Amino acid sequence: MSDVKVGDARTLLLVEDLSRTQIVQYAGASGDYNPLHSDDKFTVEVAGYPSVFAHGMLTMGMTGRVLTDWFGVEGLAAYGVRFVKQVFPGDTLTATATVTAVRDDGGQRLADLDVVTVNQDGDVVVQGAATARLG
Amino acid sequence: MGIDRFPVEAGHILLFARAIGDENPAYAGAVTGAEPVPAPPTFVQASAQFDPDYALRPASGKRWFGSGRNATGSNAAPSTSAGGGGGGGNGGTLHAEQHYTYHRPLRAGEVLTATAGPGKSWEKQGRRGGKLLFSESVIEYRNPQGELVVTARGVGVRTEKVVEQEG
Repeated sequence: MSDVKVGDARTLLLVEDLSRTQIVQYAGASGDYNPLHSDDKFTVEVAGYPSVFAHGMLTMGMTGRVLTDWFGVEGLAAYGVRFVKQVFPGDTLTATATVTAVRDDGGQRLADLDVVTVNQDGDVVVQGAATARLG
Repeated sequence: MGIDRFPVEAGHILLFARAIGDENPAYAGAVTGAEPVPAPPTFVQASAQFDPDYALRPASGKRWFGSGRNATGSNAAPSTSAGGGGGGGNGGTLHAEQHYTYHRPLRAGEVLTATAGPGKSWEKQGRRGGKLLFSESVIEYRNPQGELVVTARGVGVRTEKVVEQEG
């Protein structure tokens, strides 16, 4: 970890062919039962979307793995994203984290990262940033 | 949004980690017996389970806006802004951003409180007319000693329908 430097990057395949069931699994675990994520009838006929879609927080949660696999499950100081595009059942998502700065903050070495997740068409679905504690 | 008691439990962490497809054995302490069991970075979102007024959870005896016999059980999505752990929305509000700051490690066995501070609101003109209304929520998760564990800042966005004026 001490040799982390600007430009270092990791890419992780998060999910292939996202299932409706995984979205339901996330609804149950997170407690967010918004029917937009599980109820096709409501989502298509009332809300006007082509189908149910994933919670943004499911994509953010999956994306976090590229950071925790790299810096450890308790290695983050900050993590934030913007939800750029909706994620639908059948999507395949890949996350990339790239070190943009390595700095000292009161004796703690930190790495700043850009984080981006794209779908199978290369479209960005979430974009954000994180800060990891080194050592 | 306020939560008096958010117990962070090993079983809940396991279910949450499974749902985000994270097989990291660190999260599996509920079945392996390993301790401590750390929470994934976005786990505090699941504090919605412990919010007594959470609008995006069906409740016994109350009308739910999802489909049953009909495509919607009510004429409108709930009007209250659903906070949960962030800016997650109801039927008409979408989650635009979510940011976490981690002050202390979060592990199974801890019991947190969550309090929402004031959040900003702002507007933007949408590309197809109509205003985009953004609202921010800032939630502080603290341990029983009062120490800040996680700060969650969520931004929700909702579209204001353009009202057609006659004449």
